[in-house]
Amino acid sequence: METSKKSNNSTTVILLLLLVAVLAIAPLFLQKGAEFGGSDDAGSVMVEEVTGEAYTPWFTPILETMLGGEIPGEVESLIFCLQTGIGVGIIAFLMGRLVERKKQEELRR
Amino acid sequence: MSKDQKKTVAVCAALALSFGIMPVANAMHIMEGYLPVGFCIAWGVLCIPFLAAGFFSIRNKLRENRRALTILAMSGAFIFVISSLKIPSVTGSCSHMTGTGLGAILFSPSAVSVLGIIVLLFQAILLAHGGLTTLGANTFSMAIAGPFLSFAVYQICLKLKVNRKVSIFLAAMLGDVFTYCVTSIQLAMAYPSESGGIAASAVKFLGVFAPTQLPLAVIEGILTVIIVIGLETYAMPELKSIGFIKEKEVY
Repeated sequence: METSKKSNNSTTVILLLLLVAVLAIAPLFLQKGAEFGGSDDAGSVMVEEVTGEAYTPWFTPILETMLGGEIPGEVESLIFCLQTGIGVGIIAFLMGRLVERKKQEELRR
Repeated sequence: MSKDQKKTVAVCAALALSFGIMPVANAMHIMEGYLPVGFCIAWGVLCIPFLAAGFFSIRNKLRENRRALTILAMSGAFIFVISSLKIPSVTGSCSHMTGTGLGAILFSPSAVSVLGIIVLLFQAILLAHGGLTTLGANTFSMAIAGPFLSFAVYQICLKLKVNRKVSIFLAAMLGDVFTYCVTSIQLAMAYPSESGGIAASAVKFLGVFAPTQLPLAVIEGILTVIIVIGLETYAMPELKSIGFIKEKEVY
């Protein structure tokens, strides 16, 4: 009973993960040659359209001011990876502890 | 919350209301310098009571029970991961998810406000993504409006006895979509269109965000369900101790 429920859960998780992968990758094939820029940028294009003139932001990001320009694309992806890494690290560490704890509990029983 | 803490939150709320007497409006990751100064301040002040409430909520829960820390850390890390992943969408542009639904359901929506602002600060300072001047507006949409809606949806689903996984999916997904709706309205308030005013402008901004965000919201819903399955399998004592799963419930 216990094991059947467990395998049932793993099947659900695997199916769901596959679904996520398909959902995330499908647009690349559906929209061949699209630019895939950020939708935040699309927002600022829209601002120009609504106001009818190019909008000059009145404040530039501090880091860009200090660097005297935009953050290089490669460095930006580095920092994004750092963000992902911190998150994944915490989740993996905690999950690892929890999984091991459950094992120990079952052994003791 | 203790009496003093309640008072503090109430005072903050009153302050915010007196400051923020303006139509309730809300948007996501508005770029640095893209909101007029008045809006920046108003949104920022509006966030303060939520952040105060969140701070107390976290402190009280942790004092009551240290185990909740694991769940809190997980929820925070989940937001970190999810909001750093830029995913292509059917419209041909990329966007990222919010990840705030998980913490709102497991913990409390106000606690997520505190977690959310950490992520927003990280992105605003290091990535020039979002911004410090628009931090208030972005916090309101991503870390307050979204999670509170997720929480409400989940409570309604509980009342209606909807299957737990379906409820989690709906709560996380709708919270994500709502975040972008709020962003659109925030932008619309700052940039009402000449012909149709705020409403017409909101529809335009929504037209940009919504089609991109919908598929991503579905992904966020699914990922949230997956992580809750993981927690249910391995962290049952913690989930019980924070009251997410009732002690008697047969699983």
